[in-house]
Amino acid sequence: MFIQQLVNGLILGSTYALIALGYTMVYGIIELINFAHGEIYMFGAFAGLLLVTVLKVPFFLAFFLAMALAALLGMTVEFLAYRPLRHSTRLAALISAIGASIFLQNLALLIMGAQPYTFPSPVEAKVYQTPFFTISRLEIIILIFSFLLMIALTLFIQRTKIGKAMRAVAQDKDTASLMGININQIITVTFAIGSALGAASGVMVGIYFRTVTFSMGLMPGLKGFVAAVLGGIGNIPGAMMGGILLGITETIGAAYISSQYRDAVAFALLIMVLLLKPTGLLGRPVQEKV
Amino acid sequence: MAVFDSIHLFLQELIGAYYMQLIILVGINTIMATSLNLIIGYTGQLSIGHAAFMSLGAYCSALVTLHLGFPFLLSLLCGALFAAIFGVIIGIPTLKLKGDYLAIATLGFGEIVRIVCLNLEITGGAMGLRGIPKKTNFVWVLLAVLFTVFILNRIIKSRIGRALVAIREDETAADSMGINSTYYKILCFGVGAFFAGLGGGLLAHYIRFLHPKTFDFMKSIEQLCMVVLGGLGNIWGSFVGATILTVAPEMLRSVADLRLLIYGLVLILMMRLRPQGILGEQTRLAPFFSQKIRNLLQKRTRTNT
Repeated sequence: MFIQQLVNGLILGSTYALIALGYTMVYGIIELINFAHGEIYMFGAFAGLLLVTVLKVPFFLAFFLAMALAALLGMTVEFLAYRPLRHSTRLAALISAIGASIFLQNLALLIMGAQPYTFPSPVEAKVYQTPFFTISRLEIIILIFSFLLMIALTLFIQRTKIGKAMRAVAQDKDTASLMGININQIITVTFAIGSALGAASGVMVGIYFRTVTFSMGLMPGLKGFVAAVLGGIGNIPGAMMGGILLGITETIGAAYISSQYRDAVAFALLIMVLLLKPTGLLGRPVQEKV
Repeated sequence: MAVFDSIHLFLQELIGAYYMQLIILVGINTIMATSLNLIIGYTGQLSIGHAAFMSLGAYCSALVTLHLGFPFLLSLLCGALFAAIFGVIIGIPTLKLKGDYLAIATLGFGEIVRIVCLNLEITGGAMGLRGIPKKTNFVWVLLAVLFTVFILNRIIKSRIGRALVAIREDETAADSMGINSTYYKILCFGVGAFFAGLGGGLLAHYIRFLHPKTFDFMKSIEQLCMVVLGGLGNIWGSFVGATILTVAPEMLRSVADLRLLIYGLVLILMMRLRPQGILGEQTRLAPFFSQKIRNLLQKRTRTNT
């Protein structure tokens, strides 16, 4: 029973981790809470759904196309709503992000309507029994895809030139630009990658829970943000860890405390971690310069 | 309080029930926005859980009216104090956090309050709390707004207010000047929560039905937008912001489907064109205009020479 909950939590947590990565990467570079990220996740789910049901694109291809489309949307949002505010106060950028979120959510409502859509299942339902837990084929696929994406991201950031530039910009924007790094380009790339990961999570959750609605981005958006803060916002391994920790805590909380309080458990965990370690689990304490 | 009722009815007869409702909502939102402005605009603490304090005040005052039969004023006071107590309890540990970490902690607190209200029996759970007597009227709201603005104005213009602004400008410098920043931040949270609770109590006895969904995350965001739209650190600005964001959705009813779409767009454009808010930090209108005139005159003299 306990191991079963751990496995369920791991699956849920890996989708949170993908969302959290988008938040944490953007925050690490421009210190903005990208409130529209939950909407990008929703957009990804819709894009995947429409590609599969209307255009009859094969699942595997639709998954990556949805990621690409979401990356495009993320770059557009950045260009229109955040870039003009690069040099204004952080609160102004935050409000702009909230505006973008409200706009995108209601655009989806206008186009797709309020009814939930059902995602067709990509693989035939098959459940594997092991002595300790049961897991479906779909769940295995979700786990593999999430972890592959996370490994790919880590390799990208650690091994490529753009990844190196991203780390440099996150560390010190001015110095990075003196070294010949095109800051705007790096920020665009960051938004594109973050949005693509969010959309991947959106498609997988859409398939897993079989429903896609215009408002599906709100709660996972908040949870993804919570996961990012748990791990220490701006910290990429932290976001992965935070997401998985959040997913496991939530499922175990729902199973052993009360399923009605499952969301409250997630937020209570957040507040407790923040009180004990104000910069998150892996976050470095900020040195205050006077 | 029959006098209040008759004044209310007389005015309602004069302007119609619809506009009366709008005015009352503007009043309640003004209380919410000004109290939030004390926390965000003056003290510089980003709180995105203000609706939680509102819901605590709303539920508490509604419950003491329903179960204990308290008179209206006393139940409002109960709600406000209940919210204030929570403001202090939440403030003590979380105000050690800075900036975005504080924001996310207040967000988490807001969600916890909402979920607890959704599952408790006494709050009616997902069914909502019904049958609250209608006691809020125009006069009560007007008095509450005046009381809120008066008290906040006194706080801001006092030693406390200057300490709060000092914390906003530079907490380390304020600390080194002997300002006990933790004490003042908790005080400001308590006062902000008190008035949020007052607004909640008024709302509860006006709409007569409470549901946790009324006080969700978007409500806190809406209140934040009112503060920023009007101008941070400007009490009158919050009044302007609350008025616009209460009235504008009503004006946009003719384009019902596009309403929130436009709302989102306006927020983005507003931040781009006038990020300091409509009134900015200018507290008085007169100097604002005299400055404009002076600029105009200067321009003219420059062109003359």
